Amino acid sequence: MLNVIKIATRNLRRYQRRTLLTSTLITLGVVAVLLFISITGSFKQMMVGQITDSMIGHLQVHRKGYLASIDNLPLNRNLNPQQVAKVTQLLGDTAEIESFSMRIKLGAMFSNFTETTNIRLNTVIPEQEVKTVPLLTDRIVQGEKKETLLQKGQILIPELIAKGMKVKVGDGVVLVANNKDGSVNGKTFTVSGVLEGISGPGGRDGVIHLDDAKELLRISGVEVSEIAIRLKNMDDLPGVFSVLKAELESIRDKNDRPVFEVHTWEKLSPFYNIAKMIDLMTLFIKIMLVAIVLVSIMNVMIMAVYERINEIGTIAAIGTLPGKIMALFVVEGFLLGVLGTVVGTVISLISIAAINAAGLTFDFGRQSNLVLAPTIGAGDVITIVLIVIGIAVAASVQPAFKAARMDPIAALRHV
Amino acid sequence: MSLVVAENLKKTYQLGDILVTAIRDVNFTIEPASFVSFVGPSGSGKSTLLNMIGCLDPPSMGSLQVAGRDIVRMDRQQAAQFRGEHIGFVFQDFNLIPVLTVFENVEYPLLMVQNWPASARKKRVSELLEAVGMGDQGNKYPRQISGGQKQRVAVARALVTNAKLVLADEPTANLDGETANRIIQLMKKMRDEFNTTFVFSTHDPKIMRNAEIVFTLEDGQLLKRQNEEGGAHA
Ligand SMILES: Nc1ncnc2c1ncn2[C@@H]1O[C@H](COP(=O)(O)OP(=O)(O)OP(=O)(O)O)[C@@H](O)[C@H]1O
Ligand SMILES: [Mg+2]
Repeated sequence: MLNVIKIATRNLRRYQRRTLLTSTLITLGVVAVLLFISITGSFKQMMVGQITDSMIGHLQVHRKGYLASIDNLPLNRNLNPQQVAKVTQLLGDTAEIESFSMRIKLGAMFSNFTETTNIRLNTVIPEQEVKTVPLLTDRIVQGEKKETLLQKGQILIPELIAKGMKVKVGDGVVLVANNKDGSVNGKTFTVSGVLEGISGPGGRDGVIHLDDAKELLRISGVEVSEIAIRLKNMDDLPGVFSVLKAELESIRDKNDRPVFEVHTWEKLSPFYNIAKMIDLMTLFIKIMLVAIVLVSIMNVMIMAVYERINEIGTIAAIGTLPGKIMALFVVEGFLLGVLGTVVGTVISLISIAAINAAGLTFDFGRQSNLVLAPTIGAGDVITIVLIVIGIAVAASVQPAFKAARMDPIAALRHV
Repeated sequence: MSLVVAENLKKTYQLGDILVTAIRDVNFTIEPASFVSFVGPSGSGKSTLLNMIGCLDPPSMGSLQVAGRDIVRMDRQQAAQFRGEHIGFVFQDFNLIPVLTVFENVEYPLLMVQNWPASARKKRVSELLEAVGMGDQGNKYPRQISGGQKQRVAVARALVTNAKLVLADEPTANLDGETANRIIQLMKKMRDEFNTTFVFSTHDPKIMRNAEIVFTLEDGQLLKRQNEEGGAHA
């Protein structure tokens, strides 16, 4: 085998320029794919982190049918005390869950005493909320970024309303809301901060304390529209989701319909489609890499066989077995693939390290100065390396087979 | 026992609708350690006959035995194996492998066709290079040596596996008269040294004079068998 490698290597060196061109092409392909995977991967991870940690959480539980009408913020689809008790017990028993936050979502009239507008409100228990969506406090762009988020009587208002209504931190405002029976109530609040808006459901909601919401809506007992859940480790998401789903769906009402619904952030956030798109693009770019390697190696190997017909005739006449002739060419294609891949992988890893060292930043939506921190898993690198080398071998098989099957006399006579 | 026995040997080629008869009903034997030449005009069937003896081209009819083996019914793999074990080849265009040095070219059959251990290979290759007068040229590449030198290396490569039979189709056609003569003399010397049978084809009268046994082919037929003055060898 060593001799086969030696001869193959010599033949690659013999056509140095061609070898260089082909392996450079493969190198470029590998670099493009690895950089793409690592950069989009870090982008995706960061975006997913922003979305889950500043707003949605990893999972959410609602009363069945709530999500379908979430745009109306219905109050008649809240969870009642018994239902809340069931869910919280289940969540408390699930070890993978870090924390959860119970929210009432509602729509209200927002007045600064001169003008009035609509506002969507997310009403929370601050201690639960900051544990479940720890990046929420980072979204406070004016006012103090407090660990405790806010106190009773305070409101965090979305940027849009702050601008549109010219409301500043410290101003007094009035919220007026209808409860589910239709009676109207109002309450004054002090603006404690302005929240940066982000895309997705709830991304432009104001925040008040749950107790204030209950007072506003004249709710006496426990009532919850939404329970947001944070996991200790996001990798557990599929497992926890299926367990919760099975458990919650087994709870039925009198008509044997499920009482609860549970969704992952993927279902809740439109960004999931962007993430999916990124995955799809990654797939396409991988397919392009495969095509590049296949075409370039096959082209080179077909040429190599054609140029060496006489040599093939010679070694065949001397008694080299067809299998060995085949091996000579397959190994040549394999080495070409290995050369391009190794160089490509090294360049990619260095580039990734360089990007990290340079601390490149980018903006996403309203958020700026996100640091690009591309990483790539060993698994991804190994997969790409194996794919490219595998394709290089596959692309050499046909030309090599042709060489092995050649009739020695015809090959020797070829000029 | 004869090394090559051909009986009623026939070779036809199908060229489109036409059946070309390259060799018609030929009978001959070649004895071990003989120095044999097939001569004849272009198209008379010299290459065809040598290719059949060399297991490169199966006969269309008749029987052909080489080194005691019936080679008519061998498949490609068996034929390749048989060539690797028993037959050496010297080509008109030298056909050295350009990416291998002189030493490696001679070593090639021991390495890629037979599986000789490294130390035995080194010894054997050096011995052969010495025998053909190329002992000090082992590290050169084929492009760095002359045509005559290349053919010497080719002779060494044909002999390195202890082949019983070396076939050379027009081995001197690409060499000048003087060099051609030296190559034929070298082959004869090798025959004397290693008792290898040499069979070569030529249409050069000066070259054929060196053969001890000359078969003349004309239009696919073996016309005469003639022992010339060179045939002093027993
Ligand atoms: N593969 C083939 N297909 C068809 N006809 C062939 C083939 N090989 C040889 N022939 C024919 O067989 C005959 C003998 O050819 P061969 O090559 O054996 O002659 P030769 O004596 O070696 O000639 P030269 O001195 O030119 O090499 C010729 O008529 C040739 O055209
Ligand atoms: Mg010929």
